Amino acid sequence: MGKVSQRVVHNFLRHDKKFPHVWCAGCSNGTVLGTIIRAIAEQNLDRNNITMVSGIGCSSRMPVYIDLNTLHSLHGRAIAFATGIKTYKPGMKVIVVTGDGDCTAIGGNHLIHAARRNLDLTVIVINNNIYGMTGGQYSPTTPFEAKATTSPFGNFDTPFDICDLAIGAGATFVGRSTAFHTIELQKMIVDAMEHKGFSIIDVVSACPVIYGRMNKKGGPAEMMMAMRDNSILNTAAEKLPPEKVEGKIIRGILKKVDHPEYCERYAELCTKVKEMQHE
Amino acid sequence: MSEKVEKDRTGTIIREEDSSEKMAVEMNEVKTTGDFDAPVYIYYNWCKKCGICVAFCPTKCLARKADGSPYVKNPEKCIHCETCDRLCPDFAITGAKDKKEVPYGSQ
Repeated sequence: MGKVSQRVVHNFLRHDKKFPHVWCAGCSNGTVLGTIIRAIAEQNLDRNNITMVSGIGCSSRMPVYIDLNTLHSLHGRAIAFATGIKTYKPGMKVIVVTGDGDCTAIGGNHLIHAARRNLDLTVIVINNNIYGMTGGQYSPTTPFEAKATTSPFGNFDTPFDICDLAIGAGATFVGRSTAFHTIELQKMIVDAMEHKGFSIIDVVSACPVIYGRMNKKGGPAEMMMAMRDNSILNTAAEKLPPEKVEGKIIRGILKKVDHPEYCERYAELCTKVKEMQHE
Repeated sequence: MSEKVEKDRTGTIIREEDSSEKMAVEMNEVKTTGDFDAPVYIYYNWCKKCGICVAFCPTKCLARKADGSPYVKNPEKCIHCETCDRLCPDFAITGAKDKKEVPYGSQ
């Protein structure tokens, strides 16, 4: 883990934009943005060689504040836009920042097909269990019997597990972390950016203003403490009896395999077809 | 400035007389760029008073004022772990040892 100071983080911000930023007090989006900046700064990458793409939502305001090549695209279509960028410029590092509603509800189809193709994207899903920007409707990841403005008597749908969904769709790097475990998350983002293939990180985060208030989870600090106390590393969880792990968030890199990447396979196909024409 | 104003080492006002005139002075005083000599630099213009830095400070160096914003209560306790840097959602605090030339602020 490289220690990156706040000064370096400030160098990555767009100071001509309106600060303090738009997110509510105690929202985890700011913490995750800081962690993403630290992960980029740690690798000493050329800023012109990174693109950040987002859709619509609270978390998708992130590209407004970070000084990289950025694209703030349509609702749910962040991965579709990122696919276009990646296939046109295979050398570009593309980071997709989406929320849980953006990624799994309206953009669910794009997610599973990008995972199936094994396109070299780094998708960071900021999972706060609710649609925060539009007023707190329940999302596909709202837990069972949790309250939202559109489910005042408790949500009766079974939630998505984003990591299981991505593993099932064929993603080659799947990880989960929380907004509290910033050192672990920073390392995981670095690993995901270096991984050749589709990588997705499910970042469990807090929405203290709507989700926390409706479900009586306490303030921002209490929600952060709940993340710390109710999560466990996957390596530690394997050694524990199942009744101790039950109900906890499993953190860590859940899947990492090597598989040919889409752009490389496409380049190979192009050269093969050219050789066939010459013969 | 009257003598009844109580300041801590970082220059932030802890307590003063409760008049509207004094409150205006406090607002102006608090919303300056902070003190580089203190172990923790807090940028009050960006702070949203969520209380995360105070809750997770491992040595209880930070504490909350009546309005919820943090201040350096025990400057000698800071160990420069930068936990507050990492967890602050607003990039408004730094506990780094070398914090000169922080490009804070956009105004």
